[in-house]
Amino acid sequence: MNNVTASLAADRTRQLRAAPTVLLAVAAVAAPFYFAPFQVFQLTMVLLYAVALAGLNLLVGFGGQISLGHGAFFAAGAYSTAVMLDRYDTGHLATLPVAAAGCFLLGLGFGVPALRLRGLYLALVTLSFAVFLPPLLKRLEPVTGGSMGLTVDKMQPPAWSGLAEDQWMYFVVLAVASAALLLARNLLRSRVGRALRAVRDNEGAAEVMGVRLSLHKTLAFAWSAMFAGVAGCLYTWVIGFVSPDSFSFVLSITLLAGLVVGGLASLYGPLLGAAFVMYVPSVSQDLSEAAPGVVFGLLIITVMFVAPTGLAGLPGRVLGAVGRRLPRTTAIPDRTPEAASAPDAEPRPTAAPGFSPTPAPADPAVADAEPVGAPPRTTEKE
Amino acid sequence: MSAVTELLQQVVEGLGSGAVYASLALALVLIHRFTGIVNFAQGELAMLSTYVAWQLVASGMPFWLALPVTLAVSFAGGMLVERIVIRPVQGAPELTVVIVTVGLFIFVNALAGLIWSFTVKDFPQPFPDGGIDLAGVRTDWSTLGILGVVAVVMGLLYLLFQHTSVGLTMRAVACNPASARLSGIRVGRVLMLGWGLAATVGAVSGVLVAPVLFLEPNMMGGVLIYAFAAATLGGFDSPVGAVVGGVFVGVAETLTGAYVDVIGADLKVGVPLMIILAVLLVRPQGLFGRAAVERA
Repeated sequence: MNNVTASLAADRTRQLRAAPTVLLAVAAVAAPFYFAPFQVFQLTMVLLYAVALAGLNLLVGFGGQISLGHGAFFAAGAYSTAVMLDRYDTGHLATLPVAAAGCFLLGLGFGVPALRLRGLYLALVTLSFAVFLPPLLKRLEPVTGGSMGLTVDKMQPPAWSGLAEDQWMYFVVLAVASAALLLARNLLRSRVGRALRAVRDNEGAAEVMGVRLSLHKTLAFAWSAMFAGVAGCLYTWVIGFVSPDSFSFVLSITLLAGLVVGGLASLYGPLLGAAFVMYVPSVSQDLSEAAPGVVFGLLIITVMFVAPTGLAGLPGRVLGAVGRRLPRTTAIPDRTPEAASAPDAEPRPTAAPGFSPTPAPADPAVADAEPVGAPPRTTEKE
Repeated sequence: MSAVTELLQQVVEGLGSGAVYASLALALVLIHRFTGIVNFAQGELAMLSTYVAWQLVASGMPFWLALPVTLAVSFAGGMLVERIVIRPVQGAPELTVVIVTVGLFIFVNALAGLIWSFTVKDFPQPFPDGGIDLAGVRTDWSTLGILGVVAVVMGLLYLLFQHTSVGLTMRAVACNPASARLSGIRVGRVLMLGWGLAATVGAVSGVLVAPVLFLEPNMMGGVLIYAFAAATLGGFDSPVGAVVGGVFVGVAETLTGAYVDVIGADLKVGVPLMIILAVLLVRPQGLFGRAAVERA
């Protein structure tokens, strides 16, 4: 009896969970026919940044490692694509797997020293790499075109599609981004994802339980770099131009900022963060050149203080706070992304009611929101 | 000019920039000693202080009066930053703290651009032109001045830490905050003091480097990387190490830029990256640092 209600509730929960995804998908497909070309271009850029942020999220949000140099992997992806198009005339589609594989290997190379570098030091090394890359690109002029950069063909829509260039680009990026985000999601729900979170929350405990630290930390870096590389490849397809100054270390810092504001360790965080990376500069740039930085800087600090789960976690936190207020338990605000993060992405039927150590919200609408306000470290049950 | 003189000339120039790196590295190390935080915004705070100095000089104040005023403002500013921005995340995981200081970095950088615009400003050279020739090696007064100022700052810090009661409480807090608190030290105030001192030392580096690099909001970005390398090389918990590391990085940078053709002037910024990587792989605690022993 109890089981039946439980599984019914779980079914409803699942449907409710799927609803926003379906709405989002419909809106995403309809958007390019509704908006003006420039707006479609902006949406394309949002999707492209979302891919990079999803990768960064794997590393920072779920892996607990800090990278201030992801702009460099983005640049590597963009440049490898541009060089292939410019020198070898390979056609656009062939560049994607090369950029992805190349950045995966590059990330693997960086992941090995990253093993020995905890937190701060990793941030230092990645930051100095990001600072070093633009002058290096300028130096390698015969290949990269130096400070003038490279201009390559944008992707053109095939005749059968009947779409304009911006619309075609949008759909291509949408397809790649969807695949990438799906891959990230599934990766996190697999052994790899669980191992990563275990390492983040307690290295010692994870190791004792049989997680190979070195393997998973290195792989996290590699996967993460691969996503950034794919985003860079898409960037070249869309913009058709790369130059060293587009990939200064400001890009790396902006990516991290966007991810933090969007929501660390959440599924929708990268999308929201990407919207921020795209729109905050373009909206506030009208005010002054410095306005985006002021807004971003203040937002990052504020988010870390009051809502470490970012925008994506906000509804869950608000609902969680309301829920906690009712049974009169003391709500200690978690300041740490680690503690308050990890929207337990697997609402398995068995885990629905009576499992959570705190009074679980029985209302499916509450359960539907990312339950981030939930207890810090729930054990992963298999 | 013989090869040896030329080499010595390069070394002298390296010493000049090394002193600047040493000063910013010292600021980083101070904060790391007290709070275990690496302050990514340290360079930007120094840049902000430099703008204060520039504003004072531009409004007619003589440089040597503007300098102490700037240092006082930086000291107060550093204390405020600790109280408002850092205190709330004290004890939070490293990731949170790093992200907050990165946020501060972005904010301060943009704030300077908002107030003073992004156009490059000429900063007055406080030291007289010319220099002294010694066996064919020319040392500018400005280089000597920078070395002198940094040496004075080190001396004052040494006196403060080793020979005053404030310094003693500060060392107690750096050594063991919990015990310090139990013996009646107001740890919060000491931490504010530490950040104030660090901001002051950082400000010195900013003011010294501004005449060379010209003043603009992104001025300290590169210097910060060198200071990171210096602090890593010396060991993040060793003030002496920061100074030695700074001087070493400065000389290494100049020599590589001058003698290694593959690197050249444009790729010099790769030098700190190599130094950081090499130190972390070979001797992670740095030359003068103590290895962290962890209890699992």
